[in-house]
Amino acid sequence: MATLINVQNVSKSYWRNSIEIPVLNNITINVEQGEFLALMGPSGSGKTTLLNLIAGIDKPSNGNIIIDGTNIATLGESALAKWRANNVGFIFQFYNLIPVLSAFENVELPLLLTKLSKSQRKKQVETALNLVGLGDRMHHSPKQLSGGQEQRVAIARAIVTDPVLIVADEPTGDLDRQSAEEILTLMERLNNEFQKTIIMVTHDPHAAERAKLLKHLEKGDLVGA
Amino acid sequence: MKILKLIFANALRHKLRTFLTILGIVIAVVAFGLLRTVVTVWDSSVDAASANRLITRQAVSFLFPLPYAYRDKIKDVEGVKTVSYANWFGGIYKDKNNFFARLAVDPETIFDVMQEFLITDEELANFKKERNACVIGESIAKEYNIKIGDQMVLDGDIFPGRWEFTVRGIYKPKNQNTDGTQMLFHWTYVDERMKIESPVRAGEVGWYIVLIDDPARSAEISDQIDVKFKNSSAETKTETEKAFTQGFVSASGAIISAMNFMSFVIIGIIMLVLANTMIMAARERTREYAVLKTLGFSAFHLVGLILGESMVIALVGGGIGVALTYPIVAGFEQAIPKGFFPFFFIEPITTILAMSAAILIGILASIFPIQRALKTKIVDGFRFVG
Repeated sequence: MATLINVQNVSKSYWRNSIEIPVLNNITINVEQGEFLALMGPSGSGKTTLLNLIAGIDKPSNGNIIIDGTNIATLGESALAKWRANNVGFIFQFYNLIPVLSAFENVELPLLLTKLSKSQRKKQVETALNLVGLGDRMHHSPKQLSGGQEQRVAIARAIVTDPVLIVADEPTGDLDRQSAEEILTLMERLNNEFQKTIIMVTHDPHAAERAKLLKHLEKGDLVGA
Repeated sequence: MKILKLIFANALRHKLRTFLTILGIVIAVVAFGLLRTVVTVWDSSVDAASANRLITRQAVSFLFPLPYAYRDKIKDVEGVKTVSYANWFGGIYKDKNNFFARLAVDPETIFDVMQEFLITDEELANFKKERNACVIGESIAKEYNIKIGDQMVLDGDIFPGRWEFTVRGIYKPKNQNTDGTQMLFHWTYVDERMKIESPVRAGEVGWYIVLIDDPARSAEISDQIDVKFKNSSAETKTETEKAFTQGFVSASGAIISAMNFMSFVIIGIIMLVLANTMIMAARERTREYAVLKTLGFSAFHLVGLILGESMVIALVGGGIGVALTYPIVAGFEQAIPKGFFPFFFIEPITTILAMSAAILIGILASIFPIQRALKTKIVDGFRFVG
């Protein structure tokens, strides 16, 4: 399979009170198209930072991140925002739905940035919500949904634009075991049936087992790669 | 449309907070409207002054009278078209709170020089021919339900005694800022009685109203009039009616300036209230803004969301405030002593200023939250705990 993600010698440091705090050290990693990669590691190992860099919501201090031919490390804020809208779907630990919008409207949000007509948007949102099994809860507000259902709405939002890459940061971290299983099964399905490339950060070995590839990070370095 | 829905939904997230903020804006806009109305009404009495009218008064003070004999001498000045005169009568009509100007005037000329007082020929003729006739402004007629032919009795103070008048005319103000609250009656009726009861006060005129041909010559004609009475026992000061009225208004200048200042202080205070609301709202939504940025929403979208919410609150408050200003100003007019202001209305500029202030408040109140939302990095936004 072709390489979708090419992370080349990426380092990331944060500055606090003039003290440089290194988070990632010269990371190089390739991810194939259709891969389901789990990133594991203890707290502070840099796994979420690496995910954020790959997803284009943070910028590396050094190195290149080439995704589907685009070096996103060189993009400006505005271009990066457009690139994210077109290429990446996000799944967060705490779902991050907009509480004043219905499930339908939450899923529709990324499509508002496209040139799709209202009817086209409706069709895509319904497809996405049906795929995650929430076709009958479209007009419910997040408050009226369980944690697992909220996360499924978040997954529908992540896939509604048909992105090449889905990034998930602790997607089951806030869920009970049964809901977590449902979410992981859904992600497996997205990977297997729809060939979505998924990168998932987790500290749960049980969740990591569902991925095809597992990478460990420790103190900013990839270990056992 | 979804963005608009999000703006409205955001504005209504904390209904009580939004309601109280809107209420604050409403009160501020009403207070602003009321203060501005008083200020503009005060100023518009100056604007209403005619450019081709001069006022000749005693040089020492407006309170001292001038001899009636000056009339013909003023008339002789080149460029003077008509000379009329008036005397402040004072007095009480029914109740001391019923305040309106009562003036002893020259019936033959007063409506020639006060052309913004519109009266029918028939009523004017009736007014001229009857010694104790009076003409009243339309506002007084409405206020006290007075009709032509009715009697009006004044209890004199400056000119003591009981004074009876028959209403023979009701004049209509030509413009919105024309005083419709004057009562005019014959100077000779008062003067004749003074000759009997207090001869030393007979033949006195409060001020002369001089109609001139060319407003551009007002300074020159004023000088010519004053030169005529130089070194007399009653020297004169002649000035344009505008300057004369300005003299009255400037006597209250400090109060008006304070009201003017207060009206803008109120706007400043409410801007801080809305800014506080918007800062709290934006702070609570730090994580949501991070989500929107992550999804690809640009700075432009975030500015729209925050500015939109601020504008919704400011415009709803401003709109309700402006709408309520009209009945409240009308109520205020009822509450103050009758005739205290010869006319009292909300000028269009007051409404425009109030709505502009609301728009400005909406914009300014959103600046800091916008700046904060834009400066916060996505990763910091996700870490934020509100």
